[in-house]
Amino acid sequence: MRRASARLGHALLVLWGALTLTFLALHLGRGSVVDAIVGNNTQVTDEVRDRIAREHGLGEPLWWQYLSYLGRLLRADLGTSYQLNMPVRDAIAAQLPPTLQLMGAATGIAVLTTLAVAVATTRRPSWIRGPVTLLEVAGVALPQFWLAILLLTVFSFGLHWFPAFGDGPASLVLPAVALAVPMAGVLSQILRDGLERALEQPFATTARARGQGERGVLLRHALRHALPPVVTLFGLLLGGMIGGTVVVERVFSRPGVGVLLLNAVTGKDIPVVLGVVALTAAGYVTLNALVDLLYPVLDPRLRAAGPAPAVPGLRVEG
Amino acid sequence: MAVADLPSAELAVLSRRRPRSAGPVLAGAFLALLAVAMIAPELLAPGSPDATSTADILRPPSADHLFGTDQNGRDIYRRIVYGARDSVFVGLAATALALVAGVLVGAFAALAGRAADSAAMRLVEVLLAVPGMVTALLVAAALGPGSGTVVLAIAVIGVPPYARIVRGQILRLRGSGFVEAAVAQGLGPVRVAWRHMIPNALPPVLLLGTIGTGAAIGASAALSFLGLGPRPPDPQWGAMLQQGQDYFAVAWWTATVPGVVLTLTVLSVTTVGQYLQRRFEGRVPG
Repeated sequence: MRRASARLGHALLVLWGALTLTFLALHLGRGSVVDAIVGNNTQVTDEVRDRIAREHGLGEPLWWQYLSYLGRLLRADLGTSYQLNMPVRDAIAAQLPPTLQLMGAATGIAVLTTLAVAVATTRRPSWIRGPVTLLEVAGVALPQFWLAILLLTVFSFGLHWFPAFGDGPASLVLPAVALAVPMAGVLSQILRDGLERALEQPFATTARARGQGERGVLLRHALRHALPPVVTLFGLLLGGMIGGTVVVERVFSRPGVGVLLLNAVTGKDIPVVLGVVALTAAGYVTLNALVDLLYPVLDPRLRAAGPAPAVPGLRVEG
Repeated sequence: MAVADLPSAELAVLSRRRPRSAGPVLAGAFLALLAVAMIAPELLAPGSPDATSTADILRPPSADHLFGTDQNGRDIYRRIVYGARDSVFVGLAATALALVAGVLVGAFAALAGRAADSAAMRLVEVLLAVPGMVTALLVAAALGPGSGTVVLAIAVIGVPPYARIVRGQILRLRGSGFVEAAVAQGLGPVRVAWRHMIPNALPPVLLLGTIGTGAAIGASAALSFLGLGPRPPDPQWGAMLQQGQDYFAVAWWTATVPGVVLTLTVLSVTTVGQYLQRRFEGRVPG
């Protein structure tokens, strides 16, 4: 319990740091905010510009803007978008479901592919493993936006297997695959590595000596042993997936938080950028804290005492 | 993007296997070709990359146009060759910048006392708390689009792993014999750090940097694809892909060629980096 509350405090501190840096970067950055709000409209008089600046509190000194931002944040008020003329909270709430659906589907695909590929290729002859490893490496090296374009063009425009746009479950498949490939490519390599090392451990020999078949040793003993580093890495790769949604949503013209952020960045819509950064940082930090809590479940050795190792993959085994 | 987010230990696991011989050679040859394209593109592709021809719009690959032409009738091969400079250089510059900043932050954290250490490491944690792509977009929002923005955006994402490794290396070196010998000889702390500790902490960071360059090139193309890179008509692979996307269904080569070249580049840099890491593994402290 104490560990959990210390962790929470630490996470809040990190979150506050991230928001402060974001706030400073946006307000001290190049280009006037009023210009960005006005856009290309050259007819705007100075009076109108003054009124816009006053409305958004842009005339105040920076430290005051910062403090009032923090104050609003504590009341769960993310401010009002400059471009969309609606509260940031509503804008994000509207875009969150499609993004969460996309990430959920992608996570499912990545986890299932990882398990299937790693288990199927562990300790297999090189003519099976070679091509699979090549695919995994290519999956990581492929620029994600290009993968997305390829999938869209081949399976949607070319073969008409999946709708290119729309919001049915079928339209979710291709973007989710594009988002899942880099994650699955990394995770399956790490899992296979762990499985093969686990199979050389004494406990695997013991299980075999008790008459357990090779499949059983792999699924009942080695898999559990090999999972913790994969779970850590999964947490870290979620950050990559959150970033990937920007590109994938853009290519597939899907609504979502990624595109909301992209538009806010191009339009210098500071409240929206701050809101999305707060959301992603909070989500990412929370998810990784949850991942940490998963260790004792997976590894009984950690249940007794002591914190989880920061990077279990570092443990040298055997 | 994905590789950039990996911690070093996992990268090391990824690279430990696959003892293949042809890969690094092919990758090296491809990178040599890229180097020529970056330094002297006119040797590989005479003529201007921006020359348009209304008679040759969206022509498929042929003897005249090796990789076909784009929607303005520009030769794609020529644009790929001329685009190498911007596309690859941005990745190199971003990695170099991240390395230097990472070494400075890491060394500062390890050597400047406890308060400095915890301040620097909190900063690193803050950077890690925001996903890389979101940080990059944030930098782009603050600075506006352009090549410099892309370099800085990707450099900022790259700093945390380098800073952490350098810090760890230096903390480990602090108790080692040669450092104690240097201190015993009466060298000042700055001199010991600069001449003895930082050089010895560098090799693993440089190796990781080689692999990181591949990811940085990919990330810079992604940012250009999102419209945050250099303005058109400068040839840039990510931007070419973005424009080619609209014509992909009728002219497959428009987005295929830049995509393949980009993938090969990232793959080659990563392969060479992993090869170097394998070769020097064991000789490197840590």
